[in-house]
Amino acid sequence: MTHKILICDDSVSIRQMLVLTLSDTKYDVTESKDGMQALELAKQNVFDLIITDVNMPLLDGLSLVTKLRVLPNYRFKPILLLTTETDPQKKKQAKAAGATGWIIKPFDPDKLLVAIRKVLR
Amino acid sequence: MTIDLTQVRGLFFEESFENLDIMESSLLDLEIETFDEELINNIFRAAHSIKGGAGIFQLDDIVTFAHNAETLLDEIREKKHTISQTLIDLLLGVGDILRMMLLASKDEVTYDAEKVQICQNELQRILAKPVSEEIPDDIVQTEIEVPDETEKLVVKKWHIEFKPELEILKTGNDPINLFGELQELGELEVEVNVDEIPNFVDIDPQLCYLTWELILHTSATQSDIEEIFEWVIDECELDITEFNSDSSKNIKVNTENQERTEIVENTTPEIENLPDIPAPENITEKPIIKDVANKHIQSNTDSIRVGIDKIDNLINIVGELVITQSMLDQIGENFNSSDICQLQDGLAQLERNTRELQENIMRIRMLPISFSFNRFPRLVHDLSTQLGKKVELVLSGENTELDKTVLEKMSDPLVHLVRNSLDHGIELPEQRKQASKPEVGRLHLNAFHQGGSVVIQITDDGAGFDTEKIRNKAVQKGWITSEEVITEEQLHEFIFQPGFSTSEEVSDLSGRGVGMDVVRRNIRDLGGSIEVKSTVGEGSRFTIRLPLTLAILDGQLVRVGKEIFVLPLLSIIESLRVQNSLVNSFTGAVEIYKLRDDYIPILRLYKIFELEDTITKLEQGLLVIAEGDGQKIGLFVDELLSQQQIVIKNLENNYKKVQGVSGATILGTGNVALILDVTGLIQLFKNKTKSPTHLPLGAIRYE
Repeated sequence: MTHKILICDDSVSIRQMLVLTLSDTKYDVTESKDGMQALELAKQNVFDLIITDVNMPLLDGLSLVTKLRVLPNYRFKPILLLTTETDPQKKKQAKAAGATGWIIKPFDPDKLLVAIRKVLR
Repeated sequence: MTIDLTQVRGLFFEESFENLDIMESSLLDLEIETFDEELINNIFRAAHSIKGGAGIFQLDDIVTFAHNAETLLDEIREKKHTISQTLIDLLLGVGDILRMMLLASKDEVTYDAEKVQICQNELQRILAKPVSEEIPDDIVQTEIEVPDETEKLVVKKWHIEFKPELEILKTGNDPINLFGELQELGELEVEVNVDEIPNFVDIDPQLCYLTWELILHTSATQSDIEEIFEWVIDECELDITEFNSDSSKNIKVNTENQERTEIVENTTPEIENLPDIPAPENITEKPIIKDVANKHIQSNTDSIRVGIDKIDNLINIVGELVITQSMLDQIGENFNSSDICQLQDGLAQLERNTRELQENIMRIRMLPISFSFNRFPRLVHDLSTQLGKKVELVLSGENTELDKTVLEKMSDPLVHLVRNSLDHGIELPEQRKQASKPEVGRLHLNAFHQGGSVVIQITDDGAGFDTEKIRNKAVQKGWITSEEVITEEQLHEFIFQPGFSTSEEVSDLSGRGVGMDVVRRNIRDLGGSIEVKSTVGEGSRFTIRLPLTLAILDGQLVRVGKEIFVLPLLSIIESLRVQNSLVNSFTGAVEIYKLRDDYIPILRLYKIFELEDTITKLEQGLLVIAEGDGQKIGLFVDELLSQQQIVIKNLENNYKKVQGVSGATILGTGNVALILDVTGLIQLFKNKTKSPTHLPLGAIRYE
């Protein structure tokens, strides 16, 4: 079964980086450029994993997680935050919003794959 | 896993420059002592994205600098600073530094590190919270790790007790996945404890009642194991203990962060004391980027972003083209004369398709002029502050599109004109008051389409040209005598002469005497023209006309003898049969044609190009009145042929630059036709007739 991943980042280069990293994998990747777009896409499709940036226009990553968690399809789905913060406070916030985990930007392609493996088997 | 970052790198720079533009325009929109959350967030996000991207490419100096800027912006978001002009100026400066650093990294050259340091110090001074000079640890995390080979070799046995909270599944974490990941590290034994599972009726299927005990045989380090549990550390009880080693080295980890880190620190003295672990280069080395492997990146950075709709249009047209082609194919296969109508239809369709394709491809190269205009709010802000003037900048027609190359080449001339308007045009607030004008001067940049060209106007409501000064200067330069009477328009022409500057003292902004002549030359090189209208006390307006594109032009074919030339349709005013009675010949070679109230010099093309077998009697040929750079001239040709769109081929690349000829094209017949450059022809004509070159043609005096 191909896992469907939704990625969300307002930066084209980060998105490109994610797509490139995931291009040779079995994952089926969909891109979105802000939280609003991600939320819409998430409602129209069922993704197995959502990877989202935190600082974004229209709808930020944390709010996106909160909004996704109330949708029946995403109550237990893994959601990873892409963040440059290592501040424990920020991680607590992410957790409180319902995020599964986080990936520190800039990420090593291997680490990203490991992180994904931790939530998709 | 390695991936090719070349493509992403190009994207990163493109995106970062866009982010800098966003940062700058948002900063300029900020109002003093007003907290505009959206604008501040925009600025923050821009700096944040640059930092994040720079991290990918290990541009550590940029990361560090952007990080400090981000810290300040974060403090601004938290309202620790009020928005002041100093703060805005500092952040504008930060943007400039980032731009400089990014440009240097993109081109792989060095930059002025001192400037960075000065700005950095300024940032540090203003920050509420001290910042580190170091690269923020969050960014280089992945690079610092030095694999410790000695530890890898030893397989150890670990005992892991894992008691997740009931709610753990609700964050999307599944213990099974974590175990799977542990299994990647070595051999794993899993024992599940089901004691906590309640009676069947009480079970909430969304909760996790299980706890686990795991035995892991691995050569991985404790931190490798901990990392797997990183995301759930706050939602579980976790004990990681090493078996089979002496008791003093037994490590017990529990979930309280504080304690955990202490223990971890205690257990890693060997790592810290390891002699001379080579520090990763990117941390110690100066920010000089000279990676030979990355050299090829530069070649493909000149890209253009195109809206999907434009591409979709192209695909549509190509689709239609294919249909037309197959239709013509069918007709051609067994053609008989009764099909002629169909053939004509097909050809007409082909022509339509081709034209559409051409137009749409041209559109791809088109960019809105806002790309160029957007830098002016900043420029005007900086300059007016520096000059102590108050200026309101009005932009309009920013969506007018023109060719990317034209746009890029117009950038410097526009900057020059804007600087001139600020420096020489708009007066100081007191002067404006005295002249009973509003204190705040107005500078208007406007762009619009007119016919086949783009017009850009720069209008100010300043003092206008000081005709007296210009006159004195012209006399001083010996261009005119002090008694000579010339029109205002002719006076204005002088500002485009090399070496002209009315500014008594040279300011560092403009008035260095290089300027308007260069501006005009640049615009002419693009096939455009510039003219100026100025009224003393009311202001000046520069009008620039540019071709929409450099690749194709609407041409009028003319014949002179056996040669066919192309005249840009835009430069033609009218064509007429010569009435001999209206031609006046003066001493020397100059013939003047009286057209209504105008006197127009006649340029016999066959003479200037030394052609034979042509019509030499004026009344037998045609006079094409053309305009180049505000001057009119009558080009004498044998006859007019058709009008058509022609593709311009560069003459310089294939032959050499020829005055009076701007390029060449290949006609339907396969013959080459030269494209005439009216402005150049006028120059050539002036030289040949020995008219003074610095004077507009209209001012030529005849004895």
